[in-house]
Amino acid sequence: MALYTETVMDHFMNPRNVGSIENADGIGEVGNAKCGDIMKIYLKIEDNIIKDIKFETFGCGSAIASSSMATEMIKGKTIEEALAVTNKQVVDALGGLPVHKLHCSVLAEEAVKSAIKDYYDKNGIEYDKSLFPDDIGCEGCHMV
Amino acid sequence: MRTIYVDNAATTQTSKKVIDGMLPYMYEQYGNPSSLHSVGQRAKEVLEEARAKVARCLNANPSEIYFTSGGSESDNQAILSAAEIGLKKGKKHIISTKVEHHAVLHTLNKLKKQGFDIQLLDVDNEGFVTPEQVKDAIRDDTCLVTIMYANNEIGTIMPIKEIGNVCREKGVTFHTDAVQAVGHLKIDVQDENIDMLSLSAHKFHGPKGVGALYVRKGIFLSSLIEGGAQEKNRRAGTENIPGIVGLSIAIEDAYEHLEENNHKMIILRDKLIDGLSKIDHSALNGPRTNRSANNVNFCFEGIEGESLLLLLDAKGICASSGSACTSGSLDPSHVLLAIGRPHEVAHGSLRLSLSESNTEEEIDYIIEQVEQVVCYLRRMSPVWKELLSGERQFML
Repeated sequence: MALYTETVMDHFMNPRNVGSIENADGIGEVGNAKCGDIMKIYLKIEDNIIKDIKFETFGCGSAIASSSMATEMIKGKTIEEALAVTNKQVVDALGGLPVHKLHCSVLAEEAVKSAIKDYYDKNGIEYDKSLFPDDIGCEGCHMV
Repeated sequence: MRTIYVDNAATTQTSKKVIDGMLPYMYEQYGNPSSLHSVGQRAKEVLEEARAKVARCLNANPSEIYFTSGGSESDNQAILSAAEIGLKKGKKHIISTKVEHHAVLHTLNKLKKQGFDIQLLDVDNEGFVTPEQVKDAIRDDTCLVTIMYANNEIGTIMPIKEIGNVCREKGVTFHTDAVQAVGHLKIDVQDENIDMLSLSAHKFHGPKGVGALYVRKGIFLSSLIEGGAQEKNRRAGTENIPGIVGLSIAIEDAYEHLEENNHKMIILRDKLIDGLSKIDHSALNGPRTNRSANNVNFCFEGIEGESLLLLLDAKGICASSGSACTSGSLDPSHVLLAIGRPHEVAHGSLRLSLSESNTEEEIDYIIEQVEQVVCYLRRMSPVWKELLSGERQFML
């Protein structure tokens, strides 16, 4: 059996939305190079809608595939819809990830939230802080 | 798509000669060496012939060779056995290094939990320990020194003869995990003062699931597996005759062609090292000399090893990495950390281990593809971007 599903391999080999956005409305970066994963998400937001999204990832195949899938899932969505996307939905959309790779999907969810939080902060928009737990950093890897 | 296999430190292709030699012992001559009848006794003869062949290749006596299921079992048995005799004498200090295979490190860890004092020597930035370090570490209560012959990840060949000398002078048992060395380097257990040595057939074109442990006459060896009188009561279980025959053919063949194979691989290895060195912010792990003829190991800054492996695989290149992500553990290779590579850099490692059947043309293709893949991954890496902008300091 292959390590990864066909969908994971597709998103790894042909990642969607790779790159950065100049003058992004929100930027989120999570992870740690020491742990071997860093994800950075750039958002262009207009009228509460995620008009454009790009990512840069340093990490393994599942980290790159999770970033790619997460960006696909929230592109064109409202901020509220984007915030509702969970790591589990990313995993499901990828057709599953090996157990020791689940933290990659957690990072993808966190990266999106971190970018939205950055957008809120930059624009002085009030938000429910409980929706944005502190960067879990390396602990994210140890929880799965 | 063609496949270029450069993961020979993981396993090698079983040679046709070995397979042909093994086949009769599954169908025509299937006897159990413990049986008294003629079919069994023929198997016994074959077993002893194989033992003699293995002994000859190491300059050992056939009575000093014990067949096992492979390198891990040999390592376990050698270490646990030395610890058992140490315990009886009140000696609970064991010396090893930080760069051993897990078959050694995990066994030592088990002994540590049982109260043994395990001292893992540091290595230098190329992966070497010195005989002086070993000499200085030996105490009155040292019962074992276990140091690998050639490193499986970075190819460092340890000064085994000199370490063996130190141990012999101090009267301490010396075991070496020679899984990556046997069949690749000339080994003389007598000249090198080796008391115990582990080897595994599938690292030199033999079959998987069979190995051997050399134990010098006069050194105590306890059994790991109970249940029969095989291998002079030291290893119960009906002997794996096809595997043992395969091992003996493979080891003879390896030593017969040792020089020509190594000569060929060193040319390929050095061409590969020179080619990959041209990639910016890359570094060879391990030494340029006293290095396994088949081993190349690099770190590439700003990328992660598993994604590198997957992309190379898609181009037909089968390699390996010390990245945490390939092992399922969280930390990158303990060997790369031990030679001083920071975590960030150790995650981006690539091991290419050659065989004599690789070609110059394959090496050219590998260099070209690795360059492309590293460049592709760096373009999507936020770490690389930070390195370029100066927000993060280059380490290589």
